Amino acid sequence: MSALQTGPLSDSMVIMWRNLKRIPRIPELAIFAILQSIMFVLLFAYVFGGAIPLPDGGDYKEFLMPGIFAQTIAFASATTAVGMADDMGKGLIDRFRSLPMARSAVLSGRTVADTIYQAGILVVLMLAGLVVGWRVNNGLAAFLLAVVLLLAFAHVMSWLGIWIGLSVPNTEAAQQLTFVTIFPLTFISNVFVPPAALPAILQPIAEWNPVSTLTAATRELFGNPNPYVGDGFPSQYPILVTIGWMIVLLAIFAPLAIRKYRDASK
Amino acid sequence: MTYAIEAEGLVKIYPARRGSSEVRALDGVDLVVPEGTVLGLLGPNGAGKTTTVRILATLLRPDGGSARVAGFDVVKQAQDVRRAIGLSGQYAAVDENLTGWENLYMFGRLYEMPKARAKARAEELLEQFNLTDAGGRTVKTYSGGMRRRLDLAGALTGQPHLLFLDEPTTGLDPRSRLGMWEVIRDLVRQGTTLLLTTQYLEEADELADTIAVVDTGKIIAKGTADELKAQVGGERIEVVVKDRALLDQARQVLGGQAGSEVEVDEHTRRLIASSSGGAQQLVEVVQAMGEAGIAIDDVALRRPTLDDVFLTLTGHHTADENVEESA
Repeated sequence: MSALQTGPLSDSMVIMWRNLKRIPRIPELAIFAILQSIMFVLLFAYVFGGAIPLPDGGDYKEFLMPGIFAQTIAFASATTAVGMADDMGKGLIDRFRSLPMARSAVLSGRTVADTIYQAGILVVLMLAGLVVGWRVNNGLAAFLLAVVLLLAFAHVMSWLGIWIGLSVPNTEAAQQLTFVTIFPLTFISNVFVPPAALPAILQPIAEWNPVSTLTAATRELFGNPNPYVGDGFPSQYPILVTIGWMIVLLAIFAPLAIRKYRDASK
Repeated sequence: MTYAIEAEGLVKIYPARRGSSEVRALDGVDLVVPEGTVLGLLGPNGAGKTTTVRILATLLRPDGGSARVAGFDVVKQAQDVRRAIGLSGQYAAVDENLTGWENLYMFGRLYEMPKARAKARAEELLEQFNLTDAGGRTVKTYSGGMRRRLDLAGALTGQPHLLFLDEPTTGLDPRSRLGMWEVIRDLVRQGTTLLLTTQYLEEADELADTIAVVDTGKIIAKGTADELKAQVGGERIEVVVKDRALLDQARQVLGGQAGSEVEVDEHTRRLIASSSGGAQQLVEVVQAMGEAGIAIDDVALRRPTLDDVFLTLTGHHTADENVEESA
């Protein structure tokens, strides 16, 4: 018996395999996730975008796309939350918990699979971005770093999703709860408008908001227009602050998710 | 004698929630199940059957008492317990977006089998449960009975000596129920120790060696099906008379024939008496009623139901239970 054939890593791979297998079997989930993001692209690029001037000039579509990526990635938590709530409701979590498998595997297999799923969605959105006029201006290394940041962020949001999914009674509640948490974050941010255009009282939120710092970080790395609020720390060092956010969020939600799972019972 | 399950004084308390006070789901449950036997936990919804199974299967920690399953402590040696047991719950806990084969392969891998072994085991189980043809289809397309069979196959993946079945036939149509019973009997014949929960006396009767009746978190009676039935007085004859004015007269006739106490429900004009004389006595009762000039609307010979067992043991009907099964 090979050492890699059983054990925590193998269990995690089995759960990941299971979650990836499901994706093409429920294609509507991926299709609607992509369509929702593309709707935002079209809405802002062609309907509202003309009315949103960028302070230093620059192309609105190039400004918009990193925001759309960050918004989509932030909603990765919803995918995970709904998936976990579904497994819980169907009794699959009970089954997993009755098996002699590594307890961590159900969560790590799920978050890794969901991150891979988000990577797929990101590829489609980037192609869509190229079609509407988004461009990468800073070379391959910076591009790859931006992609790594986005996917790492997706992974962190996935842990938040696990906690939410295990805390709510059903998939509908999981969907609603992530929606009302994440949506304000993506709007009180620099995703759609330059932060300077927001009411003064909201500007500090928009500046520190992790969706904003992720957006600013990727704008910087892609070489897209990146209007700053001012000389605030997050505006100066968006990449650093984003990494900080990820560490903080992971440190909060991964233990919460693990504890919820340990005590989970339908 | 070695015991597959030994539980002593199990207590489980669900904390008070909005709109409901603290629930003592289990209030000192003692159980022993000798190896190779079948114990049926019989009780209405909310009695504590599922909670008991969940504690024994390591899904819940007891708030009091202790239990050993397959020789291991359910709290301190939970992982050893999990290696030894199979659990199949009320809901078919399989992934409906995977195929039957994929589900079983996944469970095999998670039961610590290498890939080749897990594949072979999945094929074996599909065959055993008559699902080979459906093995390549996603579970979404399965009927309720097929899902239950797949769920049970999943519980058997690790070839456990001890199986927990939580209401294995609830929600199944009568044909699927009979099929499920056949499968369960086969397993028992092969020496599997089984703990089964059910709301149906008939099911416990069919499958279990010993029945423990559970109510409000306690075991209120234990014995073989025959012993329990003897307690509630075996079969009963029910007569509904046409004319309420003749109820009292009918009571005397029925009591005389059955030789037992007669329960009278004025509202429904129904008379119930325990009977040991079977169908022959029923015929005699009908004749005697006819001779006495008492017109009858309905007459029946009824086996005791779970409700009768409850009424006798607790003085209330199963339907009186309003505690939810907060599993």
